[in-house]
Amino acid sequence: MKSNRIRFLLLLATCWVCVSAAGACAASNVPPGMVAITGGVFRPLFVSPTDPKQFPVPSFCLDALPVTNGDFLEFVRANPDWQRSRVKRLFADEWYLKNWAGDVALGTNAPPAAPVTFVSWFAARAYALWKGKRLPTTAEWELAAAAGTTGPDGKQDTEFQRQLQSWYSSPSGKLGNVGAGHPNYWGVYDLHGLVWEWVADFSTAMVTGDARADSELDRRLFCGSGAVGARDLTDYAAFMRYGFRSSLKADYCIHNLGFRCAKDL
Amino acid sequence: MNALKLHEGPSCLGFGTCLLACSLVAIAGTRAAEPEIQPATNNVAASGPGIVGVETAVLADAPNVPPPITRKHATKVVVNLEVQEVTRQLADGVDYVFWTFGGHVPGSFIRIRQGDLVEFHLNNHQDNKMPHNIDLHAVTGPGGGATSSFTAPGHTSQFSFTALNSGLYVYHCATAPVGMHVGNGMYGLILVEPPEGMPPVDREYYVMQGDFYTVGKYGDEGLQAFDMNKAIDERPTYVVFNGAVGSLVGDKALTAKVGERIRLYVGNGGPNLTCSFHIIGEIFDTVYAEAGTQASHNVQTTMIPSGGAAIVEFKVEVPGTYVLVDHSLFRAFNKGALGMLRVDGPPNQIVYSGKEIDAVYLGKAAGGSESEKRVAALKAEMSAEIKDNPKIATLTKEIQVEKGKGVYMQTCFVCHQPEGQGVPGQIPPLAKSDFLMANRENSIRGVLAGRSGEVVVNGKKYNAVMAPLQYLTDEQIANVVTYVRNSWGNLGDAVSAQEVRRIRGEVSAPAANPYE
Repeated sequence: MKSNRIRFLLLLATCWVCVSAAGACAASNVPPGMVAITGGVFRPLFVSPTDPKQFPVPSFCLDALPVTNGDFLEFVRANPDWQRSRVKRLFADEWYLKNWAGDVALGTNAPPAAPVTFVSWFAARAYALWKGKRLPTTAEWELAAAAGTTGPDGKQDTEFQRQLQSWYSSPSGKLGNVGAGHPNYWGVYDLHGLVWEWVADFSTAMVTGDARADSELDRRLFCGSGAVGARDLTDYAAFMRYGFRSSLKADYCIHNLGFRCAKDL
Repeated sequence: MNALKLHEGPSCLGFGTCLLACSLVAIAGTRAAEPEIQPATNNVAASGPGIVGVETAVLADAPNVPPPITRKHATKVVVNLEVQEVTRQLADGVDYVFWTFGGHVPGSFIRIRQGDLVEFHLNNHQDNKMPHNIDLHAVTGPGGGATSSFTAPGHTSQFSFTALNSGLYVYHCATAPVGMHVGNGMYGLILVEPPEGMPPVDREYYVMQGDFYTVGKYGDEGLQAFDMNKAIDERPTYVVFNGAVGSLVGDKALTAKVGERIRLYVGNGGPNLTCSFHIIGEIFDTVYAEAGTQASHNVQTTMIPSGGAAIVEFKVEVPGTYVLVDHSLFRAFNKGALGMLRVDGPPNQIVYSGKEIDAVYLGKAAGGSESEKRVAALKAEMSAEIKDNPKIATLTKEIQVEKGKGVYMQTCFVCHQPEGQGVPGQIPPLAKSDFLMANRENSIRGVLAGRSGEVVVNGKKYNAVMAPLQYLTDEQIANVVTYVRNSWGNLGDAVSAQEVRRIRGEVSAPAANPYE
């Protein structure tokens, strides 16, 4: 534990040096397929008076791409308990891998390079563990997803805002392949515009993990109070992500809900 | 305008109206008490006292409503409502991704009886992108059901409530961002009938207004995205009845026969605007303002707040077309808040036509950038090429006539009437009009610049004012003039947008006299 912490601090320091030089750092200990996200300050959309208005997020690694059907096929081959016909109902509802042709067959509705969807939080977490990774926290995910194409804060980036708008206003359709669009400032693809993504602490709709806060927050997402706690009324894309997350239970499998993995730096 | 209309007195007020008023008042007085219902003798649901039997609610899509409730006892009503995110037409050539309760805007009409125990199932279709919930204003309890019905795509939620109060209530989605969910069409009406039922009328209809905010301008074709900034600024691109421009116009108009009593259940989903609901040429004999228990009589325009409703009743005496509007008129004439009620039957001696004339307004026409002028020049070249091919010219005209009909039914029919017949002595006819067909350029000029002063049409004199319609695009004007010059017995050639553009230039030039 202690050594981990020292290692972490060292990395932070390394990262800080990199950042001051060139934005996203390419530290040698970033695993292939992942990119380093420089830590920063996360301001949750919903806070109660007793919660901190902002708090620091340490640097971390994030998958550049969402996990694909092809990736997930390897996982269920290696872990037959997670195959469709064998998964425990407690861990994944009836929709689990519904678009696949069979236990270990993708079929035409689940192209190998398209993001895996119809996966539960339990399944996503199991995949991440198998990979030696974990799911990102809400704070980490939001920090990475706040970046536009030219900087870590896309708020002033009108083109970024426009892309967000157009996805939220377009009908659900067939999912494209991962990595088809442009990467963001950190080199991460598809955080917006392809699928929703699981986060480790989805059920808090915030970052405290406090059960009291959960019920408070839940209520805050509804009529009337929905906007009162919000910091930025125009950030309705974030409203929708928070809304979506808080509608979930850990066994839910949904047609447009996938995930990607994170890892400590 | 209707201020001149003489009213016949309270002859339209039926006995039934009073009954409703009295019963609603009575209900209000016993709000907190248990509804007076015969104790159940059999088939008692585990649900509570006085509940007899189980039935599944019959839902109806606007403008229709489910049949009146005839049973004399409370029951358990199972409501199955499916949330569907669907791409539908918002206006001619304009698509929009609507979020709906039941596949349409407004959502399915729900009809229950006071005292009923409602078992509500909210089903969120598996292909939807968003989680949704429902807040029914008819529910007494936190969130109106919203906290108990928050549902991810591909899932369903169930909750139950007892309908304590009678009345007409809005329901809507209350998922954050609430304004956007409502702005995308997530609202509808639930009617809780009093124990005596509603007094009988000949026809009942369901009309609900809503405002829509698109990135493109009014009429910009293709799939339009929601514009959050316009929504926050409360600058709607569209204000419509029943989810689309023209949803109650032409073939889709509401219908009735002379002598019938009509009841409209009118809601306003918002999300922002208050509706000034009015029917041109009618006076509401009875209005339950804000859908409460207080009956008002002889009302011309009733305010319907966003998230509110009204019940209006009237008897139709005179055949003709009656136009439903939000009397905040630019919404009606420029943003889509127009509907029609067509009344058939023998003519009445006292003839009053509904008409609206706005004051003359002469705006400046847009100048156009260099790039637009270049595009115009190239398009002119292209259309000259196309003109050489007679087959293409014929097809182009047919397309223009079709599109022009849409413009006509949004903009022109209120005065010139759906069949171009005009109004005797006031609005000149377009059908078989010698004046119209004599000079094509004059027609275009009239649309662009407006028109006033005496004209002689088919031997009859008219002296009316027509407002300029410069906000219509060159294509829209070309199409609508082509339509009127090729309809109702008229036969003429097609008008090109190029020609309109040229005349627009002349009309807006400072030296030109807009009235010739």
